[in-house]
Amino acid sequence: MMLQQNEAKAAAPAGVAAGQANEFLTFRLGTEEYGIEILKVQEIRSYETPTTIANSPSFIKGVVNLRGTIVPIVDMRIKFNVGSAEYNAFTVVIILNVAGRVVGMVVDSVSDVITLAGEQIRPSPDFSASFDTQYITGLGTVEQRMLILIDIEKLMMSADMALVDGAVH
Amino acid sequence: MAKTVLTVDDSASIRQMVSFTLKGAGYSVIEAGDGVEGLEKAKASSVNLVLTDHNMPKMDGITLTRTLRGLTQYASVPILVLTTESSDEMKAKGKAAGATGWMVKPFDPTKLLNIVKKVIG
Amino acid sequence: MSRGDEAASGGVDLSQFHQVFFDEALEHLGGMEALLLNLDTATADSEELNAIFRAAHSIKGGAATFGFKDITDLTHEMETVFDRVRNNQMALSTDLVNAFLASGDTLKSMLAARRDGGESVSAEAVKALCVRLRAFLEPAAGGSAAAARPVARNVLELVFGPFDKSFSPESVDGIVADLKDFGKVEEIVAAEAKPKGKGKSKSAKAKPVKERRFRIVTEVSESDLTDAITFMADPKRVKVSLVEAAAPAAEAAPAPQPQAGEDKEFGLFVEASSLPANQPASAAEAKADAKVIELKAGAKSGGAQASDATSIRVSVPKVDQLINLVGELVITQAMLAQTASKSDPVLYEALFNGLATLQRNTRDLQEAAMSIRMMPMSFAFSRFPRVVRDVAAKLGKEVDLHTIGEGTELDKGLIERIVDPLTHLVRNSLDHGLESPEERVAKGKVRKGTITLRAYHQGGAIVIEVSDDGRGLRRDKILSKAKERGMAVSDSMTDQEIWSLIFEAGFSTADVVTDVSGRGVGMDVVRRNIQEMGGRVEIESTADVGTRISIKLPLTLAILDGMSVRVGREIFIIPLGYISESLQPKAEAMSTIAGKGNVVSVRGDYLPVVSLADIVGIEGDVQNYQQGILVILESEGGKTALFVDDLVGQHQVVIKSLESNYRKVAGVSGATIMGDGRVAMILDVAHVVGLTHSRFPKAA
Repeated sequence: MMLQQNEAKAAAPAGVAAGQANEFLTFRLGTEEYGIEILKVQEIRSYETPTTIANSPSFIKGVVNLRGTIVPIVDMRIKFNVGSAEYNAFTVVIILNVAGRVVGMVVDSVSDVITLAGEQIRPSPDFSASFDTQYITGLGTVEQRMLILIDIEKLMMSADMALVDGAVH
Repeated sequence: MAKTVLTVDDSASIRQMVSFTLKGAGYSVIEAGDGVEGLEKAKASSVNLVLTDHNMPKMDGITLTRTLRGLTQYASVPILVLTTESSDEMKAKGKAAGATGWMVKPFDPTKLLNIVKKVIG
Repeated sequence: MSRGDEAASGGVDLSQFHQVFFDEALEHLGGMEALLLNLDTATADSEELNAIFRAAHSIKGGAATFGFKDITDLTHEMETVFDRVRNNQMALSTDLVNAFLASGDTLKSMLAARRDGGESVSAEAVKALCVRLRAFLEPAAGGSAAAARPVARNVLELVFGPFDKSFSPESVDGIVADLKDFGKVEEIVAAEAKPKGKGKSKSAKAKPVKERRFRIVTEVSESDLTDAITFMADPKRVKVSLVEAAAPAAEAAPAPQPQAGEDKEFGLFVEASSLPANQPASAAEAKADAKVIELKAGAKSGGAQASDATSIRVSVPKVDQLINLVGELVITQAMLAQTASKSDPVLYEALFNGLATLQRNTRDLQEAAMSIRMMPMSFAFSRFPRVVRDVAAKLGKEVDLHTIGEGTELDKGLIERIVDPLTHLVRNSLDHGLESPEERVAKGKVRKGTITLRAYHQGGAIVIEVSDDGRGLRRDKILSKAKERGMAVSDSMTDQEIWSLIFEAGFSTADVVTDVSGRGVGMDVVRRNIQEMGGRVEIESTADVGTRISIKLPLTLAILDGMSVRVGREIFIIPLGYISESLQPKAEAMSTIAGKGNVVSVRGDYLPVVSLADIVGIEGDVQNYQQGILVILESEGGKTALFVDDLVGQHQVVIKSLESNYRKVAGVSGATIMGDGRVAMILDVAHVVGLTHSRFPKAA
């Protein structure tokens, strides 16, 4: 079962061009909301139990069959220790296409697709959120919401995530 | 109807070059990799011009020329044998076998087109 | 005619044909080398000589057309020399063959450099080769009937006449016949005579012949010819004149750049007016039916000629894509079968029949797709005559190479990967296995050693053997070397176990490290390469008799015959080739070795037991050995009993890459998609067996 991506509701004032580079998919992990570039998102699926991989870290749930390709699934809630990692009918997997690889990440829920104008993005202060600030590209404000914008490619390819060979964990 | 050229040469790259060049100019091209194949293809189709190399496996170009001339269908179809510049012997042999003329190897696309045009228009 | 110069090339970019030329030139070179190596210098077959000549000629033609001057120059020298040989004007010698082999190597480098953009051979090296080849031409005597290209020639005109009762026109024929020794003679017919059909009509009509004119192309000078003729005819009746002096042919231009005037590139034997281009109503005899007759493919030996009308070149990525798609089809068909299995076969008889047919069709399609990538072993074996010849010569050994089963087919990807390991094994045989001629004779053996390469199919696998009749492996030497290196060995180890030691990294019992082998970096890499291909290596050896190394490989990389086993909720696939049996152990057969783990006794042998649940870090359903299954695995590390919950079934599975989106996982060699759409891991048996055996080293 696949959720449909919502069409972007332009929260920006009129006259701002909605280029795809400023479009973000927003999702929830625990109490916080995050945003990632829409260009890195291949699709969104519901969660299915992956096949475990021997001796892998706990946040790597295993691999699934995505129309013939073997795709690893990472549970961000376990990795960054946010919320509780439940698996139910609402659990969502965002399938990413980063650095030529297809990877899935489990999140609590997906919100919507948002376009942010330049002035809606502010640099992030140096507080330590759930994860390393080197992956945070900024903070976005939409109405009352604060979005933590992430460089998802950099994060997924980092040694930390143990997805790529040569990774140390 | 497009005029058809049969190119007989055991080098695929040369055949491809000839084919590409002549097709680009509106000719139809049939390729053969040796004399025997050349003969078969000539018999199976209607060809307006035969360009044949000499050194090939199975049957060489001079023998091919002589054999074609023995067929009613090819008694007067133009046949050009490819020779290296300094080989008078090849030219003589070609003439004796009944070739219409000769063409020097190596050749480039421009010269190829000029010559083909001169012979069959 | 400069490469890529579109203006001069009539708007055609010639570089698009370069790749084809490189490919076919390399094929020609391969064929030429094979022929050269097979040549018997004493009794060479003329068809073989012609084939060698044609190879050089063909490469030259292409090189000249595409503007590769250095290649053209070298092939021109080769062509000239070999033309002499094939016309029996020059004797074949080992030196000549060696020179040609060296030239072939150089050409390969030059072609590869052009194709891949690397460094080409230096101009000096090429020049040295040309000089070396030209040296064979030196002792060439004067002219003979066949036209030898790079020799100076004159064109002389001879006029015989006037004729009368004492000197008839017909008598000239006899003289001309003798003159043929000097060169090519042609009669010049008077201009008035209208040539109907061919020229050269010598028959005189009613008109009395006043004189007869001839042209001769000869290497002989004008004065020499005149002298010769005075022996044959009355000097007053013959006039000899020089028409064209010999051009210094030292630079017989191999890549001629015809200057002005099309007459140099083209000429006609007939009147231009008779050409179809110049005839308004050109009547081409049209043949109504244009059916092209398919040629039967000619029989070919190892060295393939470039053109074959019944085959087409297809890029490897395209073939791979086709095979992937067929793999997908196999998976989909399996899923359909799985889904249907839940339905009533009687009720849905038509559906089940259809699915059975689909399965057959899919299997056939799969086999056909796989076979596209299959190539005969000759592709791998073909380089060895050369390797053996060169290395044996270097080492001062006399060696015969036999190849058996060259037609045995193997997947293209595997053929490419097997060449390096095979080369290493052959070099080892040459270097360490075979003795010197003197040593062999002293032992009572035949002077010439033999290396045999053999390939054959066995079950779903291919076996490739490298054997020699040399000194064999020395058990004592290997044991002492192992002990020296502190390896855990014992005198009671079986021969097989001792031979396996040579696969350990850094292991070499060579007394002398030659630059061919001996550094000990080879055998471990060989074994690893073969294991990575999903294969295994076995050694047999007898002292002073010889050694045989057998490589067993799966026929293809993409499909696997496997046994699926269950641990907990997870399914794993074990490649069938590694399974020797499976059993449910009795309590009496199981025992424990303190500090090491469990072992099971199978027909007197004690095998270490390892639980798959432990290896992959999950909970199995069955804790009691007697209620689960032991799968006995065998790889060259030894035998191991793998404990699993249950055997599920035997399948043919399509191997999917885990590494394209993830990374290499120890213990897993790949993944596959089962009939229910779920992913299953394929066990890396060699790794598993290795794990247990490091726990149980061989010390007694």
